[in-house]
Amino acid sequence: MRDMADPATRPAARPAVGAVPKIRMRGVRKAFGAKQVLDGVDLDVAAGHSMVVLGGSGSGKSVTIKCILGMIEPDAGLIEIDGKDVLRMSRGEREALGDRIGMLFQNGALFDSLPVWENVCFKLLAQNRISRTQARDKAAEVLAQVGLDGSVGDLSPAELSGGMQKRVALARAIAAQPDIIFFDEPTTGLDPIMGAVIDGLIVDCVKRLGATAISITHDMASARRIGDDAAMLYRGKIVWTGPAGTLGHTGNAMVDQFANGEREGPIRMELRR
Amino acid sequence: MDSYLLDPLAALGRAAFAVCRTVGGVALFALDALSHLVRPPFYGRLFWRAFVEIAWFSLPVVALTAVFTGMVLALQSYTGFARFNAQSAIASVVVISLTRELGPVLAALMVSGRIGASFAAEIGTMRVTDQIDALSTLSTNPMKYLVTPRLLAAVIALPLLVLVADILGVMGGWLIGTYKLGFVSAAYLHSTFDVLQVQDVVSGLVKAAVFGFVIALMGTWCGYTSKGGAQGVGGATTTAVVASSILILALDYVLTEAFFAR
Ligand SMILES: Nc1ncnc2c1ncn2[C@@H]1O[C@H](COP(=O)(O)OP(=O)(O)OP(=O)(O)O)[C@@H](O)[C@H]1O
Ligand SMILES: [Mg+2]
Repeated sequence: MRDMADPATRPAARPAVGAVPKIRMRGVRKAFGAKQVLDGVDLDVAAGHSMVVLGGSGSGKSVTIKCILGMIEPDAGLIEIDGKDVLRMSRGEREALGDRIGMLFQNGALFDSLPVWENVCFKLLAQNRISRTQARDKAAEVLAQVGLDGSVGDLSPAELSGGMQKRVALARAIAAQPDIIFFDEPTTGLDPIMGAVIDGLIVDCVKRLGATAISITHDMASARRIGDDAAMLYRGKIVWTGPAGTLGHTGNAMVDQFANGEREGPIRMELRR
Repeated sequence: MDSYLLDPLAALGRAAFAVCRTVGGVALFALDALSHLVRPPFYGRLFWRAFVEIAWFSLPVVALTAVFTGMVLALQSYTGFARFNAQSAIASVVVISLTRELGPVLAALMVSGRIGASFAAEIGTMRVTDQIDALSTLSTNPMKYLVTPRLLAAVIALPLLVLVADILGVMGGWLIGTYKLGFVSAAYLHSTFDVLQVQDVVSGLVKAAVFGFVIALMGTWCGYTSKGGAQGVGGATTTAVVASSILILALDYVLTEAFFAR
């Protein structure tokens, strides 16, 4: 496979389908205090592809996504969306870009001052694409896609279970039919069947809307289902990228150890003895 | 050896630097928030919600504070002025000190405890649970959505509250004056309005607007910049109330100087 730990093969990492990859990261570095979380991340995501990012807990996956979205400013490096440097965009350009992006936060990040239906249709309402009366019906429709009853719409997010909150957050992320979607652990906390349903929904979003997606997941079955490509983040770098279908038998010892959940291998968990 | 001498200096420098950075940060934050006043979209619903929260729900606290302050003022000035046989000055002392000073300052301190704290807690919780980041992925500017409506609401609500406080405070003084100190009601009211000038009330209302701005600014800023979970939000709430209370008292001096020192 394309072993990105080998510098010689790195430039040709993912030969994008079109000319310009939808999302391109080069040498992105970010430290919190003394802790170097991202240490030169290089990643290409082709338009219309679904990329799965793997990596141990605390390896910086969420930070990577937040850097792309401009919520965390990297210390160094280049991040481009559609060939445009997001770090040097004007406020107007950034807002225009934001209109086309959807994000599912790891902890949901639902607005607890608003009922569920307003959460789900928040972006559509903010962009004046629908009226408040239409929003209720629209919310029920999107909630049905994530397997929730329309009556959930009138509850407040605090009244939902963790898995229901996750699905509402997912509904909110896809309601405005974004062009680029980020899913931070979309199926964590869901039962296996609902997890598979959500995976199907994500695949559907990518295929039907032609969206580009980056998903973070710890679930290998889910990764194979939703990903076209996969990338592995380890010690602040992308150490491998390749087709998601091969996860588990990629030939890269690190990725295989991770995908198969083996204790012995090149990845050492930093545990205290 | 040198470092023993330089350490305090370095610490002082660091502290001064931190203060400058904070002041600069707050100023930029305020300017950013104010710039959204003239750039659509406008969130009327959020403005109204904040306004009701500040003006209507603070009314009982502020009213009680004002009434009791007026009553105490009348009693205390009576004890003082009786020594000089100048009891007739009581009405004017009550009305002048209320409209110029105590109305705005006490109302603002009460409101900072209620509103500054709740702004900091609510926005701080939104910050540490990623809700503010979520806003920006949902085509909504968090400053415009969270900060600007609250600032505007506080600047408008505080003068209204203070106007009510002025009236109720004078009423408290009048109650004590007529029922306890033996004044004739008409005479008390006459000497109240005799000394009262428009400038007294207006200066108090201007102070109130400034205090409202300070309360909302410190509340929203502390919340917006908070980090580190529940503990961080708790710290932000405390800082918001302490900082706005101190700023209210300091600005009260500055404004009084500007209005009345000739
Ligand atoms: N705002 C922050 N301030 C300080 N440190 C942070 C901050 N955000 C993340 N970190 C640190 O960066 C590292 C990576 O965090 P991140 O949330 O990206 O992990 P992750 O790969 O998403 O893990 P998980 O799979 O558990 O969600 C962690 O060690 C974390 O402590
Ligand atoms: Mg994470």
